[in-house]
Amino acid sequence: MLHLVLFLVFGAICVAGAINLLAQTHPISSALSLVVVMASLAVEYLLLGAEFVAVVQVIVYAGAVMVLFVFVIMLLNAGEEERTKGSRVAMILGVPGVLAGGLLVAWALLKRSETGSVALGSLPGYPKTIGNLLFHDFLLPFEVTSILVLIAIMGAVVLANRPEAQNPPAGKEN
Amino acid sequence: MVPVSYYLVLSGILFACGVIGFLIKRNIITIFMSIELMLNGVNLAFVAFAAQWQHLSGQVFVFFVMVVAAAEAAVGLAIIIAVFRTRETLNVDQLNLLKL
Repeated sequence: MLHLVLFLVFGAICVAGAINLLAQTHPISSALSLVVVMASLAVEYLLLGAEFVAVVQVIVYAGAVMVLFVFVIMLLNAGEEERTKGSRVAMILGVPGVLAGGLLVAWALLKRSETGSVALGSLPGYPKTIGNLLFHDFLLPFEVTSILVLIAIMGAVVLANRPEAQNPPAGKEN
Repeated sequence: MVPVSYYLVLSGILFACGVIGFLIKRNIITIFMSIELMLNGVNLAFVAFAAQWQHLSGQVFVFFVMVVAAAEAAVGLAIIIAVFRTRETLNVDQLNLLKL
């Protein structure tokens, strides 16, 4: 019972944050509602027993990634977004399509799926067991992601670097 | 006891919100945040299925998704900064050339 109440409360906060992200026009408001979504998702992970995932969600997603977003929004001094024609077509055709697909998936999951129920914290994901899996069974993917992160760091540095030093007239004509 | 399908429906709602944001938003940074929302919905589905099958691989996979999301955020925001420097706009309707 407690599990269901906590799931419903934090699920409602999560969905409200996601809808607020869509409703806000200023990027900073959207970023802050995304922080709300991620924090309440961390609670949902805790309910499922994924303790380490929940902590990493708060530190990496709600912390690092969102700080990066807020920094970029403030750096570029982004204002309110203006509505243009392309968004109206997507609003008329895309949104009902997505909603219909989502309703179909939800109906199938609630009525037809054979997934069972989970108790509160039924599969505890302690750091020790996660680390054992990560460094034995998933060693190759782990090493590949380290290369991916290295490439991402170098790519971010190269892309965000000011290009004037190397090739001054690049792309200034239009 | 909560049915796993409830968690999957919540993850589906988050994913649908992300897709809708991707479609209706015109600010490139907000579109990026919608992508993060979709990745979060997928992560919840991974953790829910890990609890369903009582196997930790789902939780380990969440970390890989997080690493990919972090790398994507770093590179994507750097691209946004580079685009903003040359175009002086964040509206995707005015960004119709790949050339910088």
